[in-house]
Amino acid sequence: MLHYFLKRLAGAIPTLFIIITVSFFLIHAAPGGPFDTERHMTKEIEANLKRAYHLDESVPQQFLRYLVGLAHGDFGPSFQSKDYTVAELIEGGFPTSLMLGSLAMLLALVAGLSAGIIAAFRQNTGVDYSVMGMSMIGIAVPNFVMAPILTLVFGLWLSVVPVGGWEWANVILPVIALALPQVAAIARLTRGSMLEVLRSNYVRTARAKGLPSRITVMRHAIRAAIIPVVSYLGPAVANIITGSVVIEKIFSIPGIGRYFVQGALNRDYTLVMGVTIFYGVIIILCNLASDLLYGLLDPKVRYD
Amino acid sequence: MNMAFTRLKVVALATLIAVGTAAVAHAETVLRRGNGAEPQTLDPHKLEGVPEFNITADLFEGLTTYAANGDVVPGAAKSWDISDDGLVYTFHLREDGKWSNGDPLTADDFVYSFRRAVDPATASPYSYILDPIVDAAEITGGTEKDLTKLGIKALDPHTVQITLKAPTAHFLQLVRHNISFPVNKAVVDKFGDQWTRPGNLVGNGAYMLSEWTPQASLTMVKNPNFHDAASVKLDKVVYYPTEDIPEEFKRFRAGELDVTNDVPNDQIATVKKDYKAEFHNEAYLGTYYYVINLTRDALGKSKELREALALAINRDVIVNKITQAGEMPAYSWVPPGLKGYEQQPLDFKSMKQADREALAKKLYKEAGYSADKPLKLEILYNTSDNHKKIAVAIQNMWKKVLGVDATLTNQEWKVYLNTRKTKSFDVARAAWIGDYMDPYTFLQMFTSTAGDQNDAGYNSKEYDTDLDTAQKTVDQGARFKLLQDAEKTFVNDYAMIPIYHYTTKHLVASKVKGWEFNLLDIHLERYIEVASN
Repeated sequence: MLHYFLKRLAGAIPTLFIIITVSFFLIHAAPGGPFDTERHMTKEIEANLKRAYHLDESVPQQFLRYLVGLAHGDFGPSFQSKDYTVAELIEGGFPTSLMLGSLAMLLALVAGLSAGIIAAFRQNTGVDYSVMGMSMIGIAVPNFVMAPILTLVFGLWLSVVPVGGWEWANVILPVIALALPQVAAIARLTRGSMLEVLRSNYVRTARAKGLPSRITVMRHAIRAAIIPVVSYLGPAVANIITGSVVIEKIFSIPGIGRYFVQGALNRDYTLVMGVTIFYGVIIILCNLASDLLYGLLDPKVRYD
Repeated sequence: MNMAFTRLKVVALATLIAVGTAAVAHAETVLRRGNGAEPQTLDPHKLEGVPEFNITADLFEGLTTYAANGDVVPGAAKSWDISDDGLVYTFHLREDGKWSNGDPLTADDFVYSFRRAVDPATASPYSYILDPIVDAAEITGGTEKDLTKLGIKALDPHTVQITLKAPTAHFLQLVRHNISFPVNKAVVDKFGDQWTRPGNLVGNGAYMLSEWTPQASLTMVKNPNFHDAASVKLDKVVYYPTEDIPEEFKRFRAGELDVTNDVPNDQIATVKKDYKAEFHNEAYLGTYYYVINLTRDALGKSKELREALALAINRDVIVNKITQAGEMPAYSWVPPGLKGYEQQPLDFKSMKQADREALAKKLYKEAGYSADKPLKLEILYNTSDNHKKIAVAIQNMWKKVLGVDATLTNQEWKVYLNTRKTKSFDVARAAWIGDYMDPYTFLQMFTSTAGDQNDAGYNSKEYDTDLDTAQKTVDQGARFKLLQDAEKTFVNDYAMIPIYHYTTKHLVASKVKGWEFNLLDIHLERYIEVASN
């Protein structure tokens, strides 16, 4: 088990390095720089600005400088938000994004698993069709369509929740909007694998032995049925992260999702790199966790 | 995560109780204002955008300042004298002037601040505003290394003297611009890059910064040390970043915002109907235009061709069907509203569109183009729904009236700026909002020494000289006449095609009083009052 885990971890480090390198050179390849403006800026001022931020050096040189900074934990200053460093911005926004993402993931798992299991047990009945129908809608409708609709219905028409800003009541709508596509995907996955498991020999044996349905499900079936969902966790987290970029903008949530897009548009190199590395680490860790869980659940995988 | 949520609920409940008690105890008036983009910085010498300016205009005050209607009124200086030759301005500061931390506001503060503004190390994007001051341009440009050579002196602790290179009629407007705001040297020295954080930032404006959570909100409270604190009615202002305009509108409708920064274009008709009293739609000092790259052969060499392109556009269709926010079709470069300045519209303004199109066809043919030999060009615009619609409309108009084969190119903002800077375009969508209420802010863009700003590549010795002479004229009437002549020459050269003059759109809740119209759309919170209801 430990061997399996260490092997996975060892693979993560080159992955992270590749992410950093490719992102760095990609964003520097985009035309335009952080200090391009419509206003009149003399050549001397532009040169001064570039020198202050080391943008006058060659890109490989800047890359090495960036790596050295990273090794010291320095993500650099933000070019656009001149009053803050990248580390401060990420530090400020991350707890919010984390809360949003974790709640969404939790909701997705709880709601998705339940819906999938119920649908599997009530296969080909009205319950099954409606659950699957709604999950189809959840997957097909993009979250930037769902979010304003939810805001309109619950925020304006019914006035149940506030529309924008970030106080505790604001959590509800964004979490739902963010979780919906994942609820749908997890429900379908769970239902599919649950159906398969319910038809397998060992479950038939358990039933034949006279075990109550509940114990059959809880002790035997779920463990096997969850496996596809666990391997989906990695992509699910990635989806939640990318979805959060849109949701955070729509609900004006002070998280780091916006830094990602705004940073790229503003050519705020350091901010984009900082957020990319952050997200990269999170996704790698989640994939690691998902692999671990997989190993725990499915003994066949351990002897790898 | 469930535990965190519970903890959160407890904290939230406690907060609610505390806030509730506080609200009952003291009826504090608060204005919640949507401000567009998240402010990039609060350093007045480093900022360049409108959201940043709105915030800092409440935290700092220049020698002169803005009345609610935009007039120039005394600010940190209670009065001033101007020498007969228009070169020396002597500002008399208020004796009781103070910083928000109680330090006295002295002439040395202004000398330090102006020097900091032009210092190349500050790398200020707006330092060019101070170019009229002796040696300002030389210091920014690097040819003069000694900051003390800048034409500003402290004659005594309450007198600031500024010497100009040449008479500059609009100079009093320049000293209220954010580049001219004073900053507290002791604070900047002590905190360095962190001096703009809440708790560190010290200003001389009507408000003090009390809290700033990036991406969430920025709060300021009344500054008791402000010289006119007695007349400031609003206790607290909260600025919210509102980049998503439809969402900002929803928040206003839900009562979460008192003022919005903008109004969604596609909902203007609804707003005009349902929010008639709250909808403030007024003229803005800006022009939307298409700039022509004169370095390109076909377009640069033929004025008739450019005139034909300008004639063939039906501006009424654009402002009535596309933008729909009360914009005025533009036939001149400088927008209307500047007191004492006569507009210089193109001659064809008085013609009917049908006649314009006929003339356009004639000129197009004279320039050597026809159905077999159509003009091919590319229209560049930056990503935005409205820019696209306008570009499509103009492409259509040019095709129908003249037979021009125009293609559209959409580029993301930074790329688009780069393309314009490097003059790699044929015709590009552009806009210019005036920095101050004087025609020069528009006319100076197309002098041959304007650098990257003059992306048309317009090069006219006559224009340069005319502007130069005008700027040296002390008598405002005579100066305006010269500027008018210069503008007339310029627009008739068709380096750019004016399309419409801007308007601003705000939703202002009816309990907000004191929101007056001014051409620069500057609304200082010190004039605002929120009626409690």
